Amino acid sequence: MTGPLPLAAAQPVIPDFGRGSTCVRDNGAFCWDWVSDHWGDTLRPALMQHLQLTAIAIVLGFAIAFVLALAAHRRGRLTTPVVLVTGLLYTIPSLALFQLLVPFTGLSRTTAEVALVSYTLLILFRNTLAGLAGVPEEVRDAARGMGLTQRQLLWSVELPLALPAIVAGLRIATVTVISLATVAVFVVNEGLGAPIYAGLQQTFKTELIAAGALCVALALIADGLLVLLQRVLTPWTRVARSR
Amino acid sequence: MNSDNTAQTEGPTAYPRAASLELRNVSKQYPGASRPAIEDLTLTVPAGEVCVLVGPSGCGKTTAMRLVNRMIVLTSGKILLDGASVMERKPPELRREIGYVIQQIGLFPHLTIADNIATVPRLLGWEKDRVAARVQELLALVQLPPELADRYPAQLSGGQRQRVGVARALAADPPLLLMDEPFGAIDPIARARLQDELLQLQQRVKKTIVFVTHDIDEAIKLGDRIAILREGGVLAQYAPPDELLAAPADDFVAQFVGVDRGLKRLALSRLVDVELLPLNGDHAAGTVDVQTSLRDAASLMLADGNRPLTVVDGDGKPLGQVTLELISAALDRHPPAPDPSAP
Amino acid sequence: MNDFTDAFRFIADNTALLWTLTLDHLALSGAAVGIALALALPLGVTLGHVHRGSFVSINVSNVGRALPSLALISIGVAVLGIGFVNVMVALVVLAFPIMLTNAYVAVESVDQDAVEAARGMGMKPHEVLWKVELPLALPLIFAGIRTAVVYVIATATLAAVAGAHSLGDIIVDQATYRLPGVLGAAICVAVLALLAELLFAGLQRAVTPRALRSEERGAPTVLLGEPNPERTART
Repeated sequence: MTGPLPLAAAQPVIPDFGRGSTCVRDNGAFCWDWVSDHWGDTLRPALMQHLQLTAIAIVLGFAIAFVLALAAHRRGRLTTPVVLVTGLLYTIPSLALFQLLVPFTGLSRTTAEVALVSYTLLILFRNTLAGLAGVPEEVRDAARGMGLTQRQLLWSVELPLALPAIVAGLRIATVTVISLATVAVFVVNEGLGAPIYAGLQQTFKTELIAAGALCVALALIADGLLVLLQRVLTPWTRVARSR
Repeated sequence: MNSDNTAQTEGPTAYPRAASLELRNVSKQYPGASRPAIEDLTLTVPAGEVCVLVGPSGCGKTTAMRLVNRMIVLTSGKILLDGASVMERKPPELRREIGYVIQQIGLFPHLTIADNIATVPRLLGWEKDRVAARVQELLALVQLPPELADRYPAQLSGGQRQRVGVARALAADPPLLLMDEPFGAIDPIARARLQDELLQLQQRVKKTIVFVTHDIDEAIKLGDRIAILREGGVLAQYAPPDELLAAPADDFVAQFVGVDRGLKRLALSRLVDVELLPLNGDHAAGTVDVQTSLRDAASLMLADGNRPLTVVDGDGKPLGQVTLELISAALDRHPPAPDPSAP
Repeated sequence: MNDFTDAFRFIADNTALLWTLTLDHLALSGAAVGIALALALPLGVTLGHVHRGSFVSINVSNVGRALPSLALISIGVAVLGIGFVNVMVALVVLAFPIMLTNAYVAVESVDQDAVEAARGMGMKPHEVLWKVELPLALPLIFAGIRTAVVYVIATATLAAVAGAHSLGDIIVDQATYRLPGVLGAAICVAVLALLAELLFAGLQRAVTPRALRSEERGAPTVLLGEPNPERTART
């Protein structure tokens, strides 16, 4: 399990001066032509891998947190232990957690995903549960009084009303995972962390800055899309109140 | 549109449009509580009548109401809806056949008014067109403009929301309506209007209604029969308003209905209900419409030096005379015995 | 599980090194937290007190969360070069938004009836701030500090890639320390973060007026910057 650091072999340290432009040869602060030259072979693949890492982590994390939240919604006793365990996972620094998983899952994408998923759990669990708990008691009472079964109450009343809180949780979790996924580069040479780390090891900084900026842009776009999703899913939250 | 005749009963059981409700020796004991919340409660509500459960807070009136649709499970006794025990029904199915209105209304904030009203019909699997028609019909019935159908509850005023709550409860034409302090959170003026509207509505739909309130005046105004509960869920008296006011069963009831029970009773009758004195030569000073309540007529005479009033009809034609003595005599009259076989 | 046995042996054999790096780690984190605190707290409290700048105050932490710490430190290296100060600046940039948003929301969302009542009794604005708003806002302000501290300690691990010393030195240098060393240091970092979390959870509880303490035990880090369901849902 003591293989070479995946990063060591990532990129040649010296840029290819033969093909490089003036900017690259002069080691400029930021070279747009490097970005366009290496979009296809470096940045785009890294971006795609990053998207994949994030999407898998969010989908798995949400599935787990959702099931846990539904269970805790039924049995309140479950809340404290789940919050303690997911809170513990959330507190462990990412670099440490990635490494602590290596003996179990090796230097692999699985390691990265396990760590990223565990960071989503606390946020998604708590927001989903709080959303369900926030359904007004009289709404629940009226629903039962009209003859909705427990299942109908959950799926057609409680969960729709919990959507704003759930999406708020998804926003935090997604942005957090996009940021943390860069640290996954220490266990698997994938995602935007790879060009960032490669850039760190050379004097030419365009690669690093471009990848960092892509990462921030990805987070902001994902956040914006989730806001949009919430607007579409919860039209009733936007109506003008008459009083 | 005559909405009386378009609504049809729907559901697994073919109820009549209104069902009788009978509570037989019903008790509710919460585990760990020192005394029962409801103790040996027996009362019958004939089909199509409004029964008001009233009493001080903690008397179990809401509990008693919620036993009927099994929101609370009774400890012992029987509750019969149209002669059949509610305990033999699955709670969701039972509840879909009983309208349910609560003080906080509990409209679904994420659904439009139309979708809120359509809740039970959809649970019962009505056709789309039938649901849509029913929604429009109910909006008209509770006097809401049809364009409210596509709004969300947050966009409505408190009174409008309460009307939607009533419409939603009536949606599947249930034979029984449970109403738990539906007007409790509404300002007095709007409340009086909603009460009047409920009375007019009841004229048309003729449901059996169990109505919970802590307000004795509301109970007197709305109830065909009033059940006064004392703490611990014990029935103190069950009688029509007039009888309750004329002959309170004990001090508790007398105190609860208030020292002004005589005046309250006068408010229940109008001049048209009493036999007027013949008109004599000396013309009474003032006139009063025959539709005026005895209470208001007495008040007019007290304000006017106890002089008799000439009672006139809508066209101003004199019908007879009224005096304070006549009104006082009306109070002595034994309250009319309730006729259970009355339609 | 041999790897972990070796990891604990590494910890036992290298206490001096680990202790030195832990102190470096804490010095770096402490400096960053201190500076962020000095900048964010007065600003957030003032903005909350005058009810201004909600958009910036709340969204700054959304943007802050989107900044990948690794990229930020790396860009810091690119612009400022390597070293303690530069990493610290990066950490301040990460901690500042969290503290600002929490301080702003904490003061801004104090029950306005209480503020009105204080004004009605003749308190001056600064008295309202010190006697009413701050005591009521303190728990949430501390929640922000707690989140920021744990975040900074976690991120200080990455300082190693930028030439500042921390426990991360060992974690990113597998070539020298091998897996047991990496795991040992990772365990130390995890414990450090958990201790900080517990310490600040205790502090947060200590500054919460008894009347405001919720029944909930083991309250986790408060995540702010979104409409916080934890605060709006429970009554």
